[in-house]
Amino acid sequence: MSSAVTTQELTLVEGVRDALAVEMGRDERVMVLGEDVGENGGVFRATEGLYEEFGEERVVDTPLAESGIVGSAIGLAMSGMRPVAEMQFSGFSYPAFDQLVSHASRIRYRSKGQYTCPLVVRMPYGAGIHAPEHHSESKEAFFAHEPGLDVVIPSTPADAKGLLSSAIRDPDPVIVMEPKRIYRSFRGPVPDGEYTVPIGEANVRREGADVSVFTWGAMCEPALGAAEELAGDVEVEVVDLRSLSPLDVETVTESVKKTGRAVVVHEAPMSGGFGGELAATIQEEALFYLEAPIERVTGLDTHVPLHALEDFYLPNAARIVDAVESTMRV
Amino acid sequence: MSSLPDPLASIDHDRPDSDVYRVLDRDGSVLPSASVPDLTDDELRSMYEDVRLARRFDERMISLQRQGRISTYAPMTGQEGAQVASGYALDGDDWVFPTYREHALKYVHGMDLTALLLPLRGHRDGYAIPDDVNVLPEYIPIATQLPQAMGFAWGKELQGETDTVAMCHFGDGATSEGDFHEGMNFAGVFDAPVVFVCNNNQWAISVPRERQTASETIAQKADAYGIDGVRVDGTDPLAVYQVAREAVLKAKCPSADELRPSLLEVVLYRFGAHTTADDPSQYRDEEEAERWRRWDPVNRLERFLYETGRLDSETQSAIEDRVEEQLSAAIEEAEAAEADVSELAEHLREEPPERLEAQLAELESIRERYGEEAFRHS
Repeated sequence: MSSAVTTQELTLVEGVRDALAVEMGRDERVMVLGEDVGENGGVFRATEGLYEEFGEERVVDTPLAESGIVGSAIGLAMSGMRPVAEMQFSGFSYPAFDQLVSHASRIRYRSKGQYTCPLVVRMPYGAGIHAPEHHSESKEAFFAHEPGLDVVIPSTPADAKGLLSSAIRDPDPVIVMEPKRIYRSFRGPVPDGEYTVPIGEANVRREGADVSVFTWGAMCEPALGAAEELAGDVEVEVVDLRSLSPLDVETVTESVKKTGRAVVVHEAPMSGGFGGELAATIQEEALFYLEAPIERVTGLDTHVPLHALEDFYLPNAARIVDAVESTMRV
Repeated sequence: MSSLPDPLASIDHDRPDSDVYRVLDRDGSVLPSASVPDLTDDELRSMYEDVRLARRFDERMISLQRQGRISTYAPMTGQEGAQVASGYALDGDDWVFPTYREHALKYVHGMDLTALLLPLRGHRDGYAIPDDVNVLPEYIPIATQLPQAMGFAWGKELQGETDTVAMCHFGDGATSEGDFHEGMNFAGVFDAPVVFVCNNNQWAISVPRERQTASETIAQKADAYGIDGVRVDGTDPLAVYQVAREAVLKAKCPSADELRPSLLEVVLYRFGAHTTADDPSQYRDEEEAERWRRWDPVNRLERFLYETGRLDSETQSAIEDRVEEQLSAAIEEAEAAEADVSELAEHLREEPPERLEAQLAELESIRERYGEEAFRHS
């Protein structure tokens, strides 16, 4: 982490914008491309003002075509540029999935290092903003399953800036999933100027001795809320993974060894979700430290409903409290 | 079969005034309306030698596959004239985005024969192209290379390299994919220096061109993206060279009213199978293939060179000897290559992922305890 001393109170999406502005100022190979990212500044304003500051060659409105955006960004990356492609919503990234898993993830590997793909793909993801259908997906496991792709997810404005800056400087492809539910729901201190957060390092957001809650993105807020609610009776450690791939196995393991109990929280459906990967990792690395079965609090194994029922789909503090108490009863 | 339209119907190979651009007639004579491209006699002989090598390469690879010495191979017989000629149209600094069938194109743009063989022997080394060879590893998913070639050309231009083009090859089946349209559309919108080359060999495995598109030609699709589309006889290497060279020069230095990208529809025929795992007798009429074989690109170029005094039997015999020697040496070299398990973890990322390293360490420990034989599945 850099030693920036001055900070500003920014929202998460402002942290994203700040990272883009700083990195574009630092490295002229960095360019932004996507739908409505130019004059409009992005539908979530993540690229606001960049078009005016850096011009149309570096902040590029593309035709409406996700595979074309990521495919051309792969070509740009191979040619020596540092493209940051925006998927307007993660639910529309699937036409680009082929480009990501068939090419971005394996260009370095199949060319034995001759060609590389220093590409960043940003995508707002997740539920909780009363969005139309297809606008609330949480499919981080799709990307984390692919060798060669890194997947990072910030939960604070500072991490939004720091992780995105690291992703842009990374010589390989990184998927940055941005929890849009908390794009503007709170402000936090964000270091001025260049600021990076290493990819692959989890962040212990609250220390505790009794139960470890592992989560990421927008689910950090209900997890922290549950920890606060239980404080005094049960001391909950809240670990924000920040990076699903690579996974910080050491921090996860150390936390479980300390607390002896683990609850995994994510908003994606349970079956085949990243929580299963985490539970398997914990049992491989720390089985004999466990004093209770690992609990999962997740979205349901259904599609994200329209907003009348959205609150019932998403994990909340009450469900997390319930799971924590259940592990404590064993 | 008989209910499907005849793929030759719209391509009248017997008429020099058909809509396919052509320099040589079927017998190798220069058509009255055409002119021989501006290539030296040595360049023309060299083009012929490369086409001969490609034909012979194909024969040897099919045979090696039948003997179990290489894996699945995608033959190019019938298409080698166009591959070599489009490669000749490029300058050394230009870039090639090939499919799994462009063996001859990759060779003429700088890859050696052994590198072509290594992936067929299961080694990634053949994809590790030397620093001074501007060829991307072959693309196997269909049409995915179009947006990438466009982005690559665009990126080079943004970095001030305004004199290089990306040439992107694909087949007629690729024109049905979304990436074909997205790549062409982006190329037009951003005016990228890219030359799209559709090798319309009439069949996407077993599905004829007519089942890929209802449009009369593939070249006409360029109109939809505001770029130039040209239809050329792909069994005429001189015509392909001329059209491709013009497209390359325009991409580098367009006139005021021109956009840089082009779509070339190279009309030809896959004489053999889609791959060595395929049997074309299951889906196509052998008579159709025979008709196309009368337009063999190797024979036409050869007859042109003989009739214009550029080739004699002594030179041809020396060429054939060189071809055999080169191929035998490359096969021998490729068969001597050995794989090293450590390559499994190489180059996934700049920094090897810790988990992958741990998985390899476990594999190594099992290998030490049980020996190599425990890993043989076949």
